[in-house]
Amino acid sequence: MTATKAPTEPPAQRPVRRPGDRLFAGAARGSGIFILLVLAGVAAFLISEAIPALTAAPSEIPDGNGLGPYIGPLVLGTLLGAVIALLVATPLAVGIALFVTYYAPRRIAATMGYVIDLLAAIPSVVYGFWGLAVLAPKLVPFHAWAADHLGFLPFFAGPASASGRTMLTVGIVLGVMILPIISAISREVFSQAPALHREAALALGATRWEMIKMAVLPYGKSGVIAGSMLGLGRALGETMAVAIILSGGAGATVNLISNSNPSTIASNIALRFPEATGIGVNTLIASGLALFLITLAVNMLARWIVNRRADFSGAN
Amino acid sequence: MKLSTTTRAAAVSSALAATLALAACGASNEEPSGSAGAAASGGSASSAAPELSGALVGAGASSQQSAMEAWQAGFEGENPDVQFSYDPSGSGNGRKAFLSGAADFAGSDAALKDEELTQAADRCATADVFELPNYISPIAIAFNLEGVDTLNLKPATVADIFSGKVTTWNDPAIAADNAGVTLPATPIVPVHRGDDSGTTENFTAYLHEAAPDAWTAEPDGVWPLEGGENANGTSGVIDVVTSTAGAITYADASRASDLGVVSVAVGSEFVAPSAEAAAAVVENSPVVEGRGDYDFAIELNRATEGSGEYPVVLISYHVGCVQYDDAAKAAAVKGFMQYVISEDGQAASSENAGSAQISETLRTQAQTAVDAITAAG
Repeated sequence: MTATKAPTEPPAQRPVRRPGDRLFAGAARGSGIFILLVLAGVAAFLISEAIPALTAAPSEIPDGNGLGPYIGPLVLGTLLGAVIALLVATPLAVGIALFVTYYAPRRIAATMGYVIDLLAAIPSVVYGFWGLAVLAPKLVPFHAWAADHLGFLPFFAGPASASGRTMLTVGIVLGVMILPIISAISREVFSQAPALHREAALALGATRWEMIKMAVLPYGKSGVIAGSMLGLGRALGETMAVAIILSGGAGATVNLISNSNPSTIASNIALRFPEATGIGVNTLIASGLALFLITLAVNMLARWIVNRRADFSGAN
Repeated sequence: MKLSTTTRAAAVSSALAATLALAACGASNEEPSGSAGAAASGGSASSAAPELSGALVGAGASSQQSAMEAWQAGFEGENPDVQFSYDPSGSGNGRKAFLSGAADFAGSDAALKDEELTQAADRCATADVFELPNYISPIAIAFNLEGVDTLNLKPATVADIFSGKVTTWNDPAIAADNAGVTLPATPIVPVHRGDDSGTTENFTAYLHEAAPDAWTAEPDGVWPLEGGENANGTSGVIDVVTSTAGAITYADASRASDLGVVSVAVGSEFVAPSAEAAAAVVENSPVVEGRGDYDFAIELNRATEGSGEYPVVLISYHVGCVQYDDAAKAAAVKGFMQYVISEDGQAASSENAGSAQISETLRTQAQTAVDAITAAG
């Protein structure tokens, strides 16, 4: 904060306005308006470019079945991957956050916090290669086991993929990718649980776990949810890792372990765009618009949950 | 979170160590790149061409990229004043860029469509376009089966494998053509390209023409069947097949050297992919009639029964105008095409990209087009 110098003279009746003040206020206001303009510009671009696809005859859309059948499986694939990621990441992230804030010795906690934040710094293409070369082959036996023993569930209907490049693997990789986001926010919120509440719980004879259950978790709940929603937003839009790992492109199915998976919106755009022409480009942009609306809804939901308990949460 | 300087430093250094460890993991996962940029032999220009200069812009098929790097190196070696660039943005984009005038020539895995030919007439004023099949590359059908290096397959069997009708490697249809080979009961995992690709288009065209009863889907750059294992790019499918027992795919032959390779039935014999066999089928295929004097779009005879011809090939064209408004531009295009079809140029692309060298017949044919390139005026 060196942009403005604090005035040294006693406060006058009306606040002193130096050129620096006006400059800073203008720059800040400008930045705020600019980000809104960018968002509006992106939305306008998506809508205007998507309109030809929205109005086109079904036979003109790639695959020839219309826009709904084209985007539907992609939306399903996007949601499936993101939900698996959330199921994997949220319990882990909450565990990590609790360990770092309340169980680990101070020194280890600090180091661990950094290391986990570092997960967010790994480029997604590296996660993609890791998922393809390491995780997918390792999960092949589990795929076969799940097809044999859990085959009664539609998620594990099989036949099991021989390469492991499935929606299940993608979901797990996405889970690792969004772990740092959820754990960082959870950690912040947990560490702000009022010391009075915690100490009171302990003084009443609560064990450490009971103290966390009574004083920390209720307080941090909205923060965890908000963090999860931010993570979900990233998982929905993840492109490169999914494009590398997933054997996608099939129709709508909730079968997580076969080699025919629905692709995700973002990875489908990345893979199809280079060779797309004419109405195909508009179709891809229309699918991008769908993704934009989904992420917008997720983020607004997160905001709403956080704001509902704004006075408690440390996440805003 | 408040930290003292020492703990922060410790944390940062441990974080750094973790990064390095992770980076090492990432590096070890990468495939060794198939064809390192082998320098093209700086050949002697056959004709004492005048000094070329100015910008020469190409765009199009990514299949030609490795070959184009070799051609660029060789061409710039001879003509250091030309600023050459090639944008491997895809065949469709390349043709579009050429027709709009944004590119001087296009690389394309398919010849111009009829409506594009009409547009090309505008692009090139009144003159003709040339289309030269300068990049010919065999597509190998490659598989990963322990202890088996080569298999003989009929086109119909290949079609049945990729459409999922033949599901295990010891299927009678496979065994019938491979007496003496011990075939395991491993399930077959057909792997196709997930992205839109000229390789897929040529491979499905081959299946469609050579096995019309077994393969009814129309040729397409996007894999025409629903579902199935797929991966992106040549390296993607090769990676998956290499790491998956029983997998089979189709890919540029130069990239399939570590895998088992199918010899396909042509007439009564089985032919393995090779540069010579690929060049042979192109040479013996007719040029499409009625497209102009210098338009050598080829009607590839994929159902050939000719001896020693390997019909699963990818042809990539160079598309340009016979006449350019700008004299320097015309000279540059002419010089570049001259180099590409020269023995030096073809040797360079063959070394760098594993493509087949064009035959003498094709070279003579292309030479007529190159000789015709002039400036308007």
